[in-house]
Amino acid sequence: MHKYKKAIREIGIPAVTLLLLGCFWELSVKIFTIPEYLLPAPSKIWNDTTVLGWNLIHHIASTLRTIGLGFTLALCVSLPLAITIAYSRIMSVAIYPLLVLTQSVPKVALAPILIVMLGANDLPKIIVTFLISFFPLVISITTGLVSVPPEYIELARSVRASRVRELLSIRLPYAIPFIFSGIKVAITLAVVGAVVGEFVAAENGLGYLITSSMAYFKTPVAFGAILILALTSISLFQTVVLIEHFLFPWARPVERQR
Amino acid sequence: MIEVSDLSQVFVAEDGGKVTALTDVSLDIADNEIVTIVGPSGCGKSTLLRLISGLIKPSGGSVVIDGETVKEPRADMGIVFQAPTLLPWATILDNVLFPLKMMGRLDAKATERAKSLLTMVGLGDFMQHRPRQLSGGMQQRAAICRALVHQPKLILMDEPFGALDALTREQMSIELLRIWNADKKTILFVTHSIPEAVLLGDRVVVMSPRPGRIAEIVTVPLSRPRDFESEEDPEFRRCCNRIRNLIYNPNLTAGARHA
Ligand SMILES: Nc1ncnc2c1ncn2[C@@H]1O[C@H](COP(=O)(O)OP(=O)(O)OP(=O)(O)O)[C@@H](O)[C@H]1O
Ligand SMILES: [Mg+2]
Repeated sequence: MHKYKKAIREIGIPAVTLLLLGCFWELSVKIFTIPEYLLPAPSKIWNDTTVLGWNLIHHIASTLRTIGLGFTLALCVSLPLAITIAYSRIMSVAIYPLLVLTQSVPKVALAPILIVMLGANDLPKIIVTFLISFFPLVISITTGLVSVPPEYIELARSVRASRVRELLSIRLPYAIPFIFSGIKVAITLAVVGAVVGEFVAAENGLGYLITSSMAYFKTPVAFGAILILALTSISLFQTVVLIEHFLFPWARPVERQR
Repeated sequence: MIEVSDLSQVFVAEDGGKVTALTDVSLDIADNEIVTIVGPSGCGKSTLLRLISGLIKPSGGSVVIDGETVKEPRADMGIVFQAPTLLPWATILDNVLFPLKMMGRLDAKATERAKSLLTMVGLGDFMQHRPRQLSGGMQQRAAICRALVHQPKLILMDEPFGALDALTREQMSIELLRIWNADKKTILFVTHSIPEAVLLGDRVVVMSPRPGRIAEIVTVPLSRPRDFESEEDPEFRRCCNRIRNLIYNPNLTAGARHA
């Protein structure tokens, strides 16, 4: 009973708000006769976008692929990098400033240069996605690995654990909640990265769909693409939340009555 | 056999100042003996235990166990820390198996032993639970199982019952005695509680602070096996009073070091 009430409150109320907002939008466009290329009505967005059919699916798949590859690359690079930083003082002194430097370079500005360097293929947009999403991952994983309470480290030492075992059995599990908060930031940034990459260098993908349709003042399609991107971002985020919830139940915060 | 000779420990604080945590501690502990350590806060009890365990290196003196100078934690040693320090992501059973896993000695027989240990301390139904689902006392019992699982000859316990309520605490001391009776080991037990020290120990090492050193070693002439009844014994009272005097009136008892 209590559970149902909670579900209604947490899903129902936002849904109703969204629905009301949609109606308000539709009506305002109709009543004030706002031109379509400025602000299309929700119904118009729906019609013009769905009419693309398989083409649309193709764009979505392409963007998802970029996000997936760029993000996976970021994860694969940041994990060993974070471990190196966490275990070696010298490496942390050497790498940290570099990391911050790469972070302060605007990735959007890098995209055109990357095309020249890597050619007009899928690589530049994957690299942009990677560059945008890997920084929060390195930072959060490193933070998790080094903030293990000293009691746990002492416990590992008292049972003669090797450094590898200490990493696998103490530091990494301890870092799981930190890693996941990094992943949550990184996955949403990966969506941004993929779109930026597609703006600059792509023949497909939702980013490309936005630029190409705006070139012909097909605003409804651009709006449709943006909404799909938002949905993608939310779904990816929620997927991460669910994975954390079910795979690592011990990392859940202790439930409190509200 | 543990031989602690002229052990001293000086810590260098962050501001560069030096803290003498321990000076000239000498102590021999026989196999299968229970030695308890009491003393006011900050007198170096934990430091002494950590030195004997090999977790830290002494500034002076040495710890020799079975003829071997201690330089790092030994495989035949188990430690129970003041806090249970169970890994929150592992089940109780996996937590108990942790030392074996780290030493690469995990096998079916060891798992059976872990299970029977847990059953013995009344946690048979909680093996697959996570630590946070257990009360503090239950967690500490699991931590004791973890210290026993690799069948160490020596167990070091640093105020293992310190965080428990008085009732659980008494119960745990009796339980510890029962475990020791069933399978004798050398136990070094730090506590803040004088009755607990006397109830458990063959000898009670009374320490005094600034700098940390041994004030006196009180031999407890109570017969074993001991239980709550032992606390009625006049010898029990005498030992407790002696220790209390050593701690609260150090000047009155000074010079009576070898009494
Ligand atoms: N790592 C350290 N660095 C600096 N000083 C330390 C360190 N560890 C302990 N000390 C100092 O050594 C002294 C003894 O500490 P220790 O923890 O051994 O006391 P204790 O008898 O166990 O106290 P308690 O009963 O409160 O646990 C204290 O004065 C403490 O400040
Ligand atoms: Mg202490």
